[in-house]
Amino acid sequence: MVLQSSLKNCLQLSCVLRTPKAGFRSTTSGSLIIQSTSNDIYQNLAVEDWIHDHVNLENRQVLFLWRNSPAVVIGRHQNPWQECNLRLLRQKNIKLARRRSGGGTVYHDLGNINLTFFTSRKKYERMENLKLVVKALKALRPQLDVHVTDRYDILLDRHYKISGTAAKLGRTSAYHHCTLLCNADKLILSSALKSPYTGLKSNATPSVPASVKNLFEKDPSLTCEMLLDAIAEEYAAQHQIDHHITLINPADETVLPGINNKTKELQTWEWVYGKTPKFSISTCFNMVYKDSVLDVKVDLEVKHGRIEVCNIDLPEQWLPPALSSELVKGLTGSKFCPNETTTLATTLLRVCPQDEELQSRWNVLCENMVMLM
Amino acid sequence: VCIHRVRSCSGIRFIKSKYVCVFDKSALKFSHQQRLFRTSAVSCGQIVQFKLSDIGEGITEVTVKEWYIKEGDSVSQFDSICEVQSDKASVTITSRYDGIIRKLHYNLDEIAYVGKPLVDIEIDASKGVSPEEDVVETPPMSHEEHTHQEIKGHKTLATPAVRRLAMENNIKLSEVVGTGKDNRILKEDILNYLAKQTGAILPPSPKAEIIPPLPKSETVPAVPKDRARKIPVPVSRPIVFSGKDKTEPVTGFHKAMVKTMSAALKIPHFGYCDEINLTQLVQLREELKPLAQVRGVKLSFMPFFIKAASLGLLQYPILNASLDESCQNVTYKASHNIGVAMDTEQGLIVPNVKNVQVSSVFEIASELNRLQSLGSAGQLGTNDLTGGTFTLSNIGTIGGTYAKPVILPPEVAIGALGKIQVLPRFNGKGEVVKAQIMNVSWSADHRIIDGATMARFSNLWKSYLENPASMLLDLK
Repeated sequence: MVLQSSLKNCLQLSCVLRTPKAGFRSTTSGSLIIQSTSNDIYQNLAVEDWIHDHVNLENRQVLFLWRNSPAVVIGRHQNPWQECNLRLLRQKNIKLARRRSGGGTVYHDLGNINLTFFTSRKKYERMENLKLVVKALKALRPQLDVHVTDRYDILLDRHYKISGTAAKLGRTSAYHHCTLLCNADKLILSSALKSPYTGLKSNATPSVPASVKNLFEKDPSLTCEMLLDAIAEEYAAQHQIDHHITLINPADETVLPGINNKTKELQTWEWVYGKTPKFSISTCFNMVYKDSVLDVKVDLEVKHGRIEVCNIDLPEQWLPPALSSELVKGLTGSKFCPNETTTLATTLLRVCPQDEELQSRWNVLCENMVMLM
Repeated sequence: VCIHRVRSCSGIRFIKSKYVCVFDKSALKFSHQQRLFRTSAVSCGQIVQFKLSDIGEGITEVTVKEWYIKEGDSVSQFDSICEVQSDKASVTITSRYDGIIRKLHYNLDEIAYVGKPLVDIEIDASKGVSPEEDVVETPPMSHEEHTHQEIKGHKTLATPAVRRLAMENNIKLSEVVGTGKDNRILKEDILNYLAKQTGAILPPSPKAEIIPPLPKSETVPAVPKDRARKIPVPVSRPIVFSGKDKTEPVTGFHKAMVKTMSAALKIPHFGYCDEINLTQLVQLREELKPLAQVRGVKLSFMPFFIKAASLGLLQYPILNASLDESCQNVTYKASHNIGVAMDTEQGLIVPNVKNVQVSSVFEIASELNRLQSLGSAGQLGTNDLTGGTFTLSNIGTIGGTYAKPVILPPEVAIGALGKIQVLPRFNGKGEVVKAQIMNVSWSADHRIIDGATMARFSNLWKSYLENPASMLLDLK
């Protein structure tokens, strides 16, 4: 397929031409409604990036509909250790992603729908978008008590949060995205979003916890598909376009050239963890070793996700000073990551004195350190 | 001046633009000023205060969350300067000017105000308030110049092919010295000129490959020079490489590896290699694979290699030992905790299977499955990664035949397994048959292990694998 050199118009042409109904005339005026065929959080975030970077939104707007398999999504300037239970996420194979927009942490699963409203920078208007969503919900189920707050949340029955909002503004374009809880797993949501880490001090944006409810709990006949359809219909009416949803595959390089690089970048450790603003941890834990319980005090400073300063206060002579300083030296500069710490510590053990007692103490200390991460 | 052509994949319509333009040579005639690349950072320009522009929605203040530049950096128009946040919106602020950042008005996490200065940018005074980009450009030549070239009033002689080559490379024929008849400009002259201009190294021509052997006493004469002139390589564009070296500190796991491998270097290694005929084992595994599958375990060759190694270690326990730091004592380890080198995103990790000496092949396979899935998820624990006594590295899954593995302290031996290849070999009757051949490369600590021990261990290991039924006799 020979495309115009300007990528900005690429999406409009290739997408519109794929739809059987669209005629040539739609390319000149029409806003667009697209839906992702993927449930991968990274792929879908990459689509947002791609549209933000490549589509000319001067005279048109885009609505992007997407859903994800279980994932926790933190805001651009947040601290994952502060926001969620990373241990639980790893255990349950729940993905962790950092989005490019601001705001707080959310839990996604297939019972939650995501809506992204793309506009030009000038036409950025979050209230309008949320009012559109409320209008769609009321059209679907007139008896629903849903309204938009001045914090850009949507509340059900004046009390329960069913939608949270975040936005990203660039030089010429902007997007506002929000969630909508239809039938998500509330149990996992609350345990995933509860951080077990103590002693954290950070300037990262904190999340504001709220009571949530699923729309399904109010009306069991509602499904995600119905909600998506209702919102698309309202959008189409307000933008005077056909109520047609174009499906988009976030892995397709021919439609979205460069998308796979964007997806990869969103998955890198450097982006997800490394972009955490500088923070410090000052905590103590009880270390159980054989028949005794020891008090250990730890002070860490973490910058770009790496341990910049490390201080471990052990009971005197529990580990020979040479060994404990070896551990501290190894940890300094290392990623604040359980896997990195485990492999680092076990590798270092090879060149430590081969005393079984010393080695088992070293292992216990390292395992406890890993619990902080 | 482009041809618009869009084709839809589902074959709906082939849409052609209404107008099609022909590539017009005369359109090549431009009149550009040549712009120069400025490298000096001396303050001689105008300082402009770049104010934080309106965010929208009536927002007056934002928090500065990340700076993408620092004082002294040069920026171009549209480069990202910083990321600010306001009430759930993250905004990327881009530069309106080209120039050098002279001052950041806010620190991280400070509140910035719309309409107030965000950064001070120094713009080159000569360019005014809206400077253009600094770029090195060679001015494209007009078409006319090539047809009516004159050097000091004389017309330059050059064939059309040579003229085209010069035109493609924006070279003025008047600047090239012709070495042909009547000062005719040859193709070589153009290439020579190009090479001088860009410093590009042109590969030697096929003609000049046969070098007449010079007697040793003779110094190298002007032969290279002559050869350079006759290089007829059709380079049409100078090669410009703009990559930069990147330096990073060695941290974490890699730092630990540096220590481990440096310690390993102190061990006097000796190597011993051999070839194993796995034809029977391949067949056996094919039979056993579905049985293991039924029990939920993926069966590779490694469990067999590991179990055979353990059986060998029972006969040659010195290979499962450890030498203390002072080299005074050797400790014979009772457990065979056989390490398996695993290639993960981080690098080479070596978890080990504990107590192989009392495990069945199936149990080993099951344990390997567990270690492999933990390894790829980056979730191996300290217990899995410590306590190893002997290591096998199946580098053959990636490739290679023979290797020279490095012993992992505090162990004294290691084996590297190459890939399994189908090769022709002679059987007992002297016939050529297809055989599944794998190479093994052992390394051992020569301070306490001698070649004979290694060889005998290897032979025993080999015999178990070449004739798997013999393993049955010695299995505990």
